[in-house]
Amino acid sequence: MRALFTVFAKEFLDNLRDRRTLLSALLFGPLFGPILFGAMVSRMLNQTVVESDEPLRLTISGRDHAPGLVRYLESQGAQLKFASLSESAAREAVRSGAAQVVVILPLEYGPRFTAALPAPVLLVADSADSQTRKSADRARLLLGAYGSGIAQLRLQIRGVSPLLAVPVAVNEIDVATPTGRAVVVLGFMTYFVLFAVLMGGLYLAIDSTAGERERVSFEALLSLPVARGSLVGGKILATCAYMCLSLAISLTAFVFVFRFVPLERLGMSANLGVVTALEFFAICLPFVPLGAALMTFVASFTRSYREAQTYLTTVLLVPTLPIAFASIYSLKTNSSLMFIPSLSQHLLMTSVLKDEPIAMVDIAASAGSSSLVALLLITLTARHWRRETMLG
Amino acid sequence: MIEASALCKRFGNVDAVNDMSFAARDGEITGLLGPNGAGKSTCLRMMYGVLTPDSGSARIDGIDIRGETSAARAHLGVLPHAAGLYNNLTARENIDYFGSLQGIGRERLRRRTDELACALGMEGFINRRVKGFSQGQRIKVALARALVHDPGNLILDEPTNGLDVMAIRSLREMLHTLRAQGRCILFSSHVMQEVAALCDRVVIIGHGRVLADDTPQAIRDRSGAQTLEEAFLHVLGDTEGVN
Repeated sequence: MRALFTVFAKEFLDNLRDRRTLLSALLFGPLFGPILFGAMVSRMLNQTVVESDEPLRLTISGRDHAPGLVRYLESQGAQLKFASLSESAAREAVRSGAAQVVVILPLEYGPRFTAALPAPVLLVADSADSQTRKSADRARLLLGAYGSGIAQLRLQIRGVSPLLAVPVAVNEIDVATPTGRAVVVLGFMTYFVLFAVLMGGLYLAIDSTAGERERVSFEALLSLPVARGSLVGGKILATCAYMCLSLAISLTAFVFVFRFVPLERLGMSANLGVVTALEFFAICLPFVPLGAALMTFVASFTRSYREAQTYLTTVLLVPTLPIAFASIYSLKTNSSLMFIPSLSQHLLMTSVLKDEPIAMVDIAASAGSSSLVALLLITLTARHWRRETMLG
Repeated sequence: MIEASALCKRFGNVDAVNDMSFAARDGEITGLLGPNGAGKSTCLRMMYGVLTPDSGSARIDGIDIRGETSAARAHLGVLPHAAGLYNNLTARENIDYFGSLQGIGRERLRRRTDELACALGMEGFINRRVKGFSQGQRIKVALARALVHDPGNLILDEPTNGLDVMAIRSLREMLHTLRAQGRCILFSSHVMQEVAALCDRVVIIGHGRVLADDTPQAIRDRSGAQTLEEAFLHVLGDTEGVN
């Protein structure tokens, strides 16, 4: 036990003096999520504002061929710019960004419209540009609405009830609550939290195994009268300590970000204050030894820093798998899922965010199963360290 | 006293060490001499207990390394083939880490490290971080680390590899001092001059077997050679296909 703490203290200090570990464990890892998240939500906010407030800008070519349509567009608040463009000139204008959406009204529009034949309208837009695509969608809606208005008038004139042309009336009811809608966005957040947990220990797990090999200090260490289990235990414990630090920093940053991101303006309310952050910490705590043991175990098989880095980046993706499966099959929270590490933490954190009641059994199942897997991995690592091949 | 008796170790189809027996006595420097790949490191690794022999045994002061690993290691200091240090720690922290893992209490450890710093001439850099140390400084720290628990026996695997002349000289002096203190020193090398200059006794090995085990003088006399190098080639001749 004493040896275990000696190893722990040494690894903790050693890595505290290593700039690479510090940057990744206590800066990039934990802050990556909150910053990206803050930026993402702010961007979404801006976009919603753009959609509802900004007038639709259209470039119209051939206004004289369809004065009725042009009047309609103006009455709907579209800002029109008039030009005389050929089809290829319009394509060029859109491609170069000079115009967002161009509507071309050709010469035959008038005669065909009068003859009650489909009158051609050309809509030129770039669907690869998300901003233009929205404008094009709005233009298409307006043109469609104008068309169906005219159609109804034509039917009426011919003595046919326009209702015949509306066989189905669709009404949409959206039951998403503000918090519920926020959870879609916040679903990412739980992964960022788990990511921060793993990043916190990544470099220490590498340094204390592959690092020992690379700087050839391993053999001297292994020839000491110390049980291999104590060496492994001390190293994993130090990794856990850094992971907890990283988790704490990440959650603090999240609380901070949520102070400044006005989720209410998106019609969402997020329940993330200091208390929630503490609950998140408690939920993630059993995942810490699991992640530390997993990374140390994997890194124990590698011979160099670089090799370990390659394998462990893959390990960083492991916790996403259950979460991804759950969202693909849109699994609802239920007790049997609480036995799956990472997914159970994700579900519990989501429940906390949604302000749903959480059963103690679920918390116990989540913590218990994660701890059990951690114990198994620690045992496997210690057993691997007792093998002669560890010398390399 | 370090003893090997009938040590055997196979890796796949290769007999790395084949029925090796010899002893290194207290107050003597014993050199394990052999060409690269002769089985020196494998043999030493079994003697300090990080490799398990297929058969045979190794004893430190009469304690079996497999049976009572911890007790045997308490009598043994080890300087492995590549004795890397922790660059982010100071020389003292490097030594203290191993001392603490050897179970030495804090106060005794502080005194012991001071003692070693003085004996090995490390006062000037004992509290500096190891990063940027010269080879000579590094070998001193590594040696101090191996001696921190004041063991009666010391195993060094190719300690002079990669060292410059100055570092080799100071290592040689340190080993002489340790011998004078009555310790048993066993070290391996493939460099003839090294062994000739340092050793009281030479164990020549080739293809995993002991080919000669005697004083340098006796080995020279027996082969009728003028120098140890010629004697070495003579002894190896039958098995290695040299000469």
